[in-house]
Amino acid sequence: MIQAIFFYIFATIAVAMALLVVSAKNPMRSALALTGCLLAVACIFALQSAHLMALLQILVYAGAIMVLILFVIMLLNLSPRELGDRRISVRRVTGAYLIGATATLLIIRVTKHFWEPASSLEPGFGTIQEVGRVLYTQYLLPFEMVSLLLLAAIIGAVVLTRKEKGDGQ
Amino acid sequence: MTGETLVLSILLFGIGAAGFVVRRNAIIVLMSVELMLNAANLAFIAFSRQHMDVTGHIYVFMIMTVAAAEAAVALAIVVLIFRARRAVNLDEINLMKG
Repeated sequence: MIQAIFFYIFATIAVAMALLVVSAKNPMRSALALTGCLLAVACIFALQSAHLMALLQILVYAGAIMVLILFVIMLLNLSPRELGDRRISVRRVTGAYLIGATATLLIIRVTKHFWEPASSLEPGFGTIQEVGRVLYTQYLLPFEMVSLLLLAAIIGAVVLTRKEKGDGQ
Repeated sequence: MTGETLVLSILLFGIGAAGFVVRRNAIIVLMSVELMLNAANLAFIAFSRQHMDVTGHIYVFMIMTVAAAEAAVALAIVVLIFRARRAVNLDEINLMKG
């Protein structure tokens, strides 16, 4: 019961913040709203007994990725003119309507389905120990590949933004 | 609880996708993508709880890593484009006539 109350509180916060992300004119406002949305979703992760993922969501998403985005927003320091006005074109509005229609259909489909209450929780479900055991035994190769992907992303970002010598700057 | 979480996931994904289509500021478009990835994570967590299987958590872990890599490279590209053209408006970035 208390879980359901908390779920609805955090779900409302998440949806409101998400709406603010896509409607705010200033990217700084959207970034802060996105941080709030990610934190609310992290709380819902914890309610679903995904403790490790809730922690990682706060550390990696709300921490590292959002700091990176905020850093770039401050670095670019856009003037109001460069932010650009919001021009509405027919294509974009049609796209938004199509997305809305698809989402409505999906929601109808999901709510029609009867979800059996999940079977009783095993002790240790979603803890660091349990997730780590599965990650380092069954999914070791994908884990290593993901670390390679991160390395490639770091090198790619550095190479992309590096200024060449004699670049005319 | 699974049904409600899935509805929340669909709502967040829809908002993110609409932002991706409607907004033209490159940084806000990127943040919409993060919102969509996050909605997918939420669905994975909900199904993981429903079926009592930790595999969903592993998927979330992988998606988070990919999101971090994507954010790093995409933001580098945004900085590059801003340096070259003094604009982050995607309508003005049309060299490739896409």
